[in-house]
Amino acid sequence: MEKTFEPKIVGFLCKWCSYAGADLAGTSRMKYPPNLNAMRVNCSGRIDPSFVLRALASGADGVLIAGCHPGDCHYTNGNVKTLRRFRLLQRMLDQFGIERERVRLEWISASEGERYARVVRGMTEEIRSLGPLNWKTTMEVAA
Amino acid sequence: MKRVGLFVCHCGLNIARTVDIKDIVEKTSKRSDIVFAADHKYLCSEPGQALIKDSIRQHKLDAIVVAACSPAMHEATFKTIAQLSGLNKYNCEIANIREQSSWVHDDPQKATEKAHIIVSEAIEKVKLNEPLQPITVPVTRKVLIIGGGIAGIRASLDVANAGYQVYLVEKSGSIGGRMAQLSETFPTLDCAICILGPLMVEVYRHPNIKLLRLSQVEEVRGYIGNFKVKVRQEPEYVDVAKCNACGECAKVCPADVPNEFDFGLTWRKAIYTPFAQAVPPAYVLDAKNCLGLLPQACGECKKACDQLGTACMNLDAWPQTHELEVGAIIVATGYELYDATKLTEYGYGTCPDVMTSIEFERMLSASGPTLGEIRRPSDGRVPREIVFIQCAGQREPETALPYCSKICCMYTARHAMMFREKVPEGQAYVFYMDIRAGGKGYEEFVKRCQEERGLLYLRGRVAKVYEENGKLIVKGVDTISGKRVQINADLVVLAVGMIPSAGSKELASTLKASLDANGFFSEAHPKLRPLESPTAGIYLAGAGQAPKDIPETVAQASGAAAKALDLLSSPTLEREPTVAQVLETCSGCGICIPLCPYEALTLNANTNQAEVSEALCEGCGTCVASCPSSSLSLRNLTDQQILAMIEAIVA
Repeated sequence: MEKTFEPKIVGFLCKWCSYAGADLAGTSRMKYPPNLNAMRVNCSGRIDPSFVLRALASGADGVLIAGCHPGDCHYTNGNVKTLRRFRLLQRMLDQFGIERERVRLEWISASEGERYARVVRGMTEEIRSLGPLNWKTTMEVAA
Repeated sequence: MKRVGLFVCHCGLNIARTVDIKDIVEKTSKRSDIVFAADHKYLCSEPGQALIKDSIRQHKLDAIVVAACSPAMHEATFKTIAQLSGLNKYNCEIANIREQSSWVHDDPQKATEKAHIIVSEAIEKVKLNEPLQPITVPVTRKVLIIGGGIAGIRASLDVANAGYQVYLVEKSGSIGGRMAQLSETFPTLDCAICILGPLMVEVYRHPNIKLLRLSQVEEVRGYIGNFKVKVRQEPEYVDVAKCNACGECAKVCPADVPNEFDFGLTWRKAIYTPFAQAVPPAYVLDAKNCLGLLPQACGECKKACDQLGTACMNLDAWPQTHELEVGAIIVATGYELYDATKLTEYGYGTCPDVMTSIEFERMLSASGPTLGEIRRPSDGRVPREIVFIQCAGQREPETALPYCSKICCMYTARHAMMFREKVPEGQAYVFYMDIRAGGKGYEEFVKRCQEERGLLYLRGRVAKVYEENGKLIVKGVDTISGKRVQINADLVVLAVGMIPSAGSKELASTLKASLDANGFFSEAHPKLRPLESPTAGIYLAGAGQAPKDIPETVAQASGAAAKALDLLSSPTLEREPTVAQVLETCSGCGICIPLCPYEALTLNANTNQAEVSEALCEGCGTCVASCPSSSLSLRNLTDQQILAMIEAIVA
């Protein structure tokens, strides 16, 4: 039997809302697939879109950026700036021929452990069905 | 290169059950960039911390990674031990292998693989961390307290008695809050206003407390120790200092308005005193219900006031904005009740003789609409058969509130008992799901009410309440006898649940303090930091955090005050030095400047480069992500560190 494809997902979680939400999922012992590895950043606004591209180029099959709900940003409106950058990034992904579904921006509050677990489950399934991105190997072949 | 050590915690079995600790230690210790690796059953324990300390010295480590629980939990603990062992505390990183691995994955192999990645991320980060010294800033030694109920009152008095200035902001015309509306309190049957009133007066007279009524917090800037707050105060048409509450103004007022203090069971004028014991003891002009101020339509109140010579009214008053500087903020915004009209099966809103518990409370009060007599709102008769429905719209995740409001079992017993005292020939029925009477003297109180007053407790829910021939037909089930029950009642009282006060959501946004799933203010940790919001410098007291009774509210208020006093006890405060930094390559394009929410970035005209004010920078990193030439950096979360962590994840 063929081994199922296990996508690798990089998660950038803001420490005030989404990382705390992910912690709540843990404290509540909710279960979700281990495909996403999270990085704790101060604010989703810290995320330079080039980090997303670098992650995909280095072998990630998907990227999640998660921040506070609009209006709830610990730093007033860092998440709004993230949203603007994300829209531009989506257009760039289109030009690269990368499916938009591979990169998600989600608002997850500190009380939404359930939502975090659901997002990770959903993303893992969606990217699994899209298959591997193989950007790294494609580049190596091209070079 | 740094000499990095790894310490892995079992957390009893919390981590060790799913993550193979031995495998983590063995494989990681083989890395060329790791000098030492060890594990311990409980790293946060004294022997665990001693292990870290000894190993740092013995192996001359200059950076450590602690693989354990979430940094939200013990980052401070491990940074402190690193510092005590001679390391700079910023050379300590936490790998969260509990909340983000062992607790969320069942498969030990996969959980272990993920834990490896998490550890590796932390190692990559710590290798590039720079040692930093905290930034010292002054503390404004004043406290803002939002909400003038019993929680806000207690906290204000505690802070003010310790010698610090308090600003107490109250939305309505008087402090006192919900407690002022209650008739008696359980389990001692103290008259609520009799024990609250003296505290309200104490607040009013206290030289360290500035009370702002008719006020709401509009804007909060700054950070712990140094908040800048704008408070908007509605126009004060009545000069609080001059008004002697003679009431002549209200006598001539032509506008009748349902009195919200009695939930519309009585009437008041457009100029009124919220209740007899109101503090400040001054009348309030309700501009919304006044016949008109712009242009002035009537002005009778002012004429009456001027004739008496008190002359405390100014009908041309404008709203005011108070700009306050405080070091700490205590949120004591309290609760209101769930809208009973949503519970259509109980007939509230359509049958006048179905009341909520707080309306019944007003009726029991000696200063209430019936002066303490129990009467049917429809015809004024004394009810004989009364039904209390507990958990009305509570513990119903599908249709109403999912949680228990904690106080209803107690006050319902008190209500039923008071009814029997006032109407000895009457019969009281209580529908309940289970009696939750945890608390000092609570269980005994409920038992006493039940036994001495002959209350009929029926275990089960009510399906329907409807009106028929002047009676309320209550159809329910008694699950103990297993029989359906019908009671032809004269009055029905619904124990509806507590919900956060209106405006909590907006206030949370203004304060950047988070709310939980039910809209109550979140605490930093449910067990260990229940008095603090996750946002530093903001403390919580009372039912705005979760449903609770008066003793618990008072305890939490004093606790929150102690927390605020702890902060104010020192004239300075240390701030995180993980702020933005401008590199030499900056070309002065200025893209970053407008992005900063704290105005921490400026363009230096001499060097034509951006400059960061370290006292203002909060370290969000939004500017860093915007720099087209990578000339901005966030200390200890640099681009290089993020890229190294990405590599650790995808490798």
